[in-house]
Amino acid sequence: MPPMEQQKLSGRPLVGQAISRLEGYEKVTGAARYSGEFNVKDLLYGYVINSTITKGKIISIDTSKAEAIPGVITVFHHGNRPSLAWFSMQYADMDAPPGTPFRPLQNGEVKYNGQPIALLVADSFETARYAATLVKVVYTTEEFQTDLIGNMAKARAPKGGLATFLKPPPPKPFGDFEKAFEAAPFKATGKFIHGTEHHNPMELFTTTTVYNGKGKLTIYDKTQGTVNCQLYVANVFGLHFKDVRVISPYVGGAFGSGLRPQHQLFFSVMAALELKRNVRVTLDRHQMFTFGHRPPTVQFTRFGATVDGKVTALNHEAIAETSRFEDYTEVVVNWAHMLYPAQNTLFKYNLVPLDVFSPLDMRAPGGSTGLHAIESTMDELAYQLKIDPLELRLINYAERDESTDRPYSSKELRKCYLQGAEQFGWNKRSPEPRSMRNGHKLVGYGMATGIWEAMQLPARAAASITTEGKLKVNSAVTDIGTGTLTVMSQIAADEMGLPLEDVSFTYGDSKMAFAPIQGGSFTISSVGSAVKAACNALKKKILKKAKTMDNSPFKSHKIDEVVFADRKMISIANPSVFISYSDIIAANDHKVIKSVNFAMPKALKLKKYSRAAHSASFVEVEVDEELGTINVTRAVTAVAAGKIINPKTAKSQILGGMVWSISKALREETISDHRFGKYMNMNIAEYHIPVHADIHDLDVIFVEEQDDIVNELGTKGVGEIGLAAMPSAIANAIYHATGKRINQFPIHFDQLL
Amino acid sequence: MHTYESGLKEEMQHQSELSMTINGVPKSRTVKPWVSLLDYLREYLDLTGTKKGCDHGQCGACTVICDGKRILSCLTLAVMKEGSEITTIEGIAKDGELHPLQQAFIDHDAFQCGYCTPGQICSAIGMIAEGKAKTRSEVKELMSGNLCRCGANTNIIDAIMDVQKGAGNE
Repeated sequence: MPPMEQQKLSGRPLVGQAISRLEGYEKVTGAARYSGEFNVKDLLYGYVINSTITKGKIISIDTSKAEAIPGVITVFHHGNRPSLAWFSMQYADMDAPPGTPFRPLQNGEVKYNGQPIALLVADSFETARYAATLVKVVYTTEEFQTDLIGNMAKARAPKGGLATFLKPPPPKPFGDFEKAFEAAPFKATGKFIHGTEHHNPMELFTTTTVYNGKGKLTIYDKTQGTVNCQLYVANVFGLHFKDVRVISPYVGGAFGSGLRPQHQLFFSVMAALELKRNVRVTLDRHQMFTFGHRPPTVQFTRFGATVDGKVTALNHEAIAETSRFEDYTEVVVNWAHMLYPAQNTLFKYNLVPLDVFSPLDMRAPGGSTGLHAIESTMDELAYQLKIDPLELRLINYAERDESTDRPYSSKELRKCYLQGAEQFGWNKRSPEPRSMRNGHKLVGYGMATGIWEAMQLPARAAASITTEGKLKVNSAVTDIGTGTLTVMSQIAADEMGLPLEDVSFTYGDSKMAFAPIQGGSFTISSVGSAVKAACNALKKKILKKAKTMDNSPFKSHKIDEVVFADRKMISIANPSVFISYSDIIAANDHKVIKSVNFAMPKALKLKKYSRAAHSASFVEVEVDEELGTINVTRAVTAVAAGKIINPKTAKSQILGGMVWSISKALREETISDHRFGKYMNMNIAEYHIPVHADIHDLDVIFVEEQDDIVNELGTKGVGEIGLAAMPSAIANAIYHATGKRINQFPIHFDQLL
Repeated sequence: MHTYESGLKEEMQHQSELSMTINGVPKSRTVKPWVSLLDYLREYLDLTGTKKGCDHGQCGACTVICDGKRILSCLTLAVMKEGSEITTIEGIAKDGELHPLQQAFIDHDAFQCGYCTPGQICSAIGMIAEGKAKTRSEVKELMSGNLCRCGANTNIIDAIMDVQKGAGNE
């Protein structure tokens, strides 16, 4: 266990303190085991075989050569697979978009390039990988389309469905956009092109399925939702919900890729059930490009403003890729009117179904896409108007959310602008493009605004006082590296008045209290609120128990007349009257006291408000004048995200978002060859993400923001907001440095030559 | 009849006795020649601290220290390292006492998901031993074979610089 005493904690409350990750010891010593690291006995290894065509049918699969290899157990494919759930909706997980979920091995139909079409199972990984190359597949091919740009004319409105409740459609138009835009003395327009991106967490997607006999499974899976995967497996394979246990103790990054059950889960479970053996299936790095991705998206903006910089007309339209079988959507065009109170607006969002796998939420989905277009158009408008870009944001500062005609539950964006600008030294910027230099390098300053909705989903938590008088809390939630274990422990410790070492928070197991998928920056607000609710209920049980004791001094006490501190319940009126948790447990016949509670968003109260985290990013770039090479030399992101439970782990979330911003603006892109309908750089040597040498001076500010409405904790989440503003700020800085407005990501040196 | 396939089948049955010292402990067992050092550690010896991120030498997550040098265990066949001394992340802390770099990683929050961490730490220890990296920019350059997707880059370099400084002061 980690030596807790090494952390210097300064009293109460623990919430708000920069506490080091409680799982740090396990992670730096290699003791932390991820889903592919449970080396159970008699393990078989599955290797997925992928289609090499983009669309068509499988005519035949010849497995004879593969099966002749010693150690090969079998090859599963559509022709010999076991019977599976018939209704496609049984494959729908909690994050399934409207449509028909992909069903592996359903039939011989190939819907996209790299589709998993067979699983080879062998007694070693090496044998499985090798023998898989000996499986011969014959196809007939059909015509396909994978190119968004070439198929824009086919764009249509997305279908509605259950999973779209977190993803509202574009806001209704206000006023008369065309007329207002026509009349506006200052205008800025843009066309923004984003390519495909893949999440590429460092850990490969792996499932180790332990066959416990009689249809009972213990599944170690890489996922962002243990209960989501439990539901999926039970539904698809017709198992009892309780016989399926999904465990994800450590998750080696996910960024959205684990929001839906991935292929390796299906294959590992299918093989384990059929062979009645323990089976591990790992998708290799190449195969990590064969499921969800951030969809390529093309956006158009037209903003109009008065001579004094008031934005009067906002138009933002997006056309995005989806698959043929599901209508995956993002919130791309809803942000502009939340940020800028124009009287005339027009927003559109449409999809083009193509022969690709369904896109999937990837860190700041939609937000990082849309805000690039919005904030770079605002930047362009600032140059047209000859107004400082920061000043233009302040002139158009939205005191309320005009898009829904509601006040914000809290909004300290102005502080983000001012504190961020101060820290960065924005006042040293000279307004003209190409006016700042460092030797042979052009220097540019750019800024942009970020926004991300503060959401809360229903979640449960279980809390109990153990026989030793300590606190145990559990939730099925995962910790994908965000610091969930640490922040939940802080919340629980404060609620019960316990030191951190008396609290154990366990998680990542579908057997535990229900938690939704971990994403959208809503985990702290959803599960954190549940932890608080469970602790509050536990306090009431403790008081109730205390009242039943002989000569109890608490008989007349109400719950608001006691406090829970120093491992005891204490009377507020008379602090010499108290009872320790261990004495309470003794009085309870040495039995634990437990409470399991739900926390729900307070819908009636919340619907009167818009709830969002905000940010402002300031970026300095240096561009080599002759070579066009771009370097982000320093950046500041100031964030208003309500209460920050742990400034250390929260800062890391924002830093991560800032590195992702550099990656999005300058590095990462999955490149397709549309002649083959195939991704061409399916590895992390050719799929570029920043390395240490690319990352320089990054600074994070959390501005004070109190929010008594958003949820019990006053938190808004910090997973996405770090990636909201900065990509655009980088593009804007490049414009300031070079005078070239590049609206296509990633921006490469050749575009600047 | 001796065909390519039957020859291959024979070849696949071939096993070698392999002995090496891992984290100070002698380890011997038979292994097929096509097993990478990475898979040997993870799948055969249950030393799962060394991570597989790409299996192609692109990410650095599998970095271990072999005879004092940092190497990519995924690009190394286990049988190539007969008689070698290997240190993996499990062997960095001594008697439960963390190496200063491990403690620095915790203090600087130099990881989030933790999956690249064993590789970052082994690589940094190897790099410090190489004696080449003195400045922050040299450290960044020489650590650039170790990817971090969570974006903990600045914290990782801060942690290494902390230990680097300490080492210089001794």
